[in-house]
Amino acid sequence: MTLMVLGISVLVTQLMLGAAMLCCTWRVLRGPRAQDRVVGLDALYVCGMLLVLTFGIRSGTAVYFEAALVIALLGFVGTAALAKFLMRGEVIE
Amino acid sequence: MTPEAAALPWIVVVPVCLLLLIGAGLTLVGAFGLLRLNSFYARVHAPTLGTSYGMGCILLASMLFFSALGTRLVIHEIAIGAFVILTTPVTLMLVARAAMHRDRLEGQRGVPQAARPD
Amino acid sequence: MTRLLPHPLISLGILLLWLLLNQTLAPGPALVGVAVALFGGWTLALLDQGRPRLRRPGLMLRLAGQVLLDIAQSNLTVARIILGRRANSSAGFIHIPLALRDPQALAVLAAILTATPGSAWVEYDAEAGWLLLHVLDLDDEEVWIRLVKDRYERPLLEIFA
Repeated sequence: MTLMVLGISVLVTQLMLGAAMLCCTWRVLRGPRAQDRVVGLDALYVCGMLLVLTFGIRSGTAVYFEAALVIALLGFVGTAALAKFLMRGEVIE
Repeated sequence: MTPEAAALPWIVVVPVCLLLLIGAGLTLVGAFGLLRLNSFYARVHAPTLGTSYGMGCILLASMLFFSALGTRLVIHEIAIGAFVILTTPVTLMLVARAAMHRDRLEGQRGVPQAARPD
Repeated sequence: MTRLLPHPLISLGILLLWLLLNQTLAPGPALVGVAVALFGGWTLALLDQGRPRLRRPGLMLRLAGQVLLDIAQSNLTVARIILGRRANSSAGFIHIPLALRDPQALAVLAAILTATPGSAWVEYDAEAGWLLLHVLDLDDEEVWIRLVKDRYERPLLEIFA
């Protein structure tokens, strides 16, 4: 009973986060401008990180935590670099 | 689900489920805002739903679940939370400033020319 | 004391983060964490950003609580705007004159405003102290200006005095 309730909640959570990722992906693909795509990508990696955490809850192992931490770190660096690119058209000057 | 979770008491399971669903719901609404809102500056607000309480609820659920599962305090999720809370304003401000810079260069209408009112 | 620990709060934060990631309080990792925290503080001192002088810890806690409440409330407001029928009606820019000048206090204010759904810091004019803010539900400009100035700027002025 407990397993079923938990399993269904985690499944619904994952479906919702998956739908959120689809919304973000749509924004990345459609734009219309470069800054819209960057904001979409920023939201996409946060949703992805949360999805990885829920996989951790499903499997009951802490391995997924590290993956989520790496996604959070790289997402920040990536968005910062892209914002720099938007500003000047180059990442390295 | 992992079979060990069957031994969890209801007093843990119910909050974990509720927190997961609320967190995912907020994140989904925020992502939906990315579709729904029609100007770039309005869309900057949408992801903060996911990065504030959306993420907070899911991290809290994860902490509760693993603490109850392992019968010891598991709170390393706080590291992710602190990191995301610190970095989200920075990235959003960088992107908003870059967009403002581009809009002014392109001469878009409806964009203030300076922080000082004219 | 100042030489050894130029930024005590940041060193403490690094140590806590280290212990959290290692998930232990054993002496070995804790000792490495102390070393990392000390080096972190020294590195930051080399960058010479100036030390913020924080006053009134009670007010800091109250401000933090207020921010948590406000973020929860604006989560609901923004969710309602996104799901509501008139999603795109009232977004807009406002200009706010700020009395705050300390760069670190301004950074905190920027983080608070941007982390709150519904308001985003766009630009700051350092010479005249004007802030350009974008808000999602701009019904009354005066209300937003009062909110930023009374609720966040005044406590920050006292904390970073």
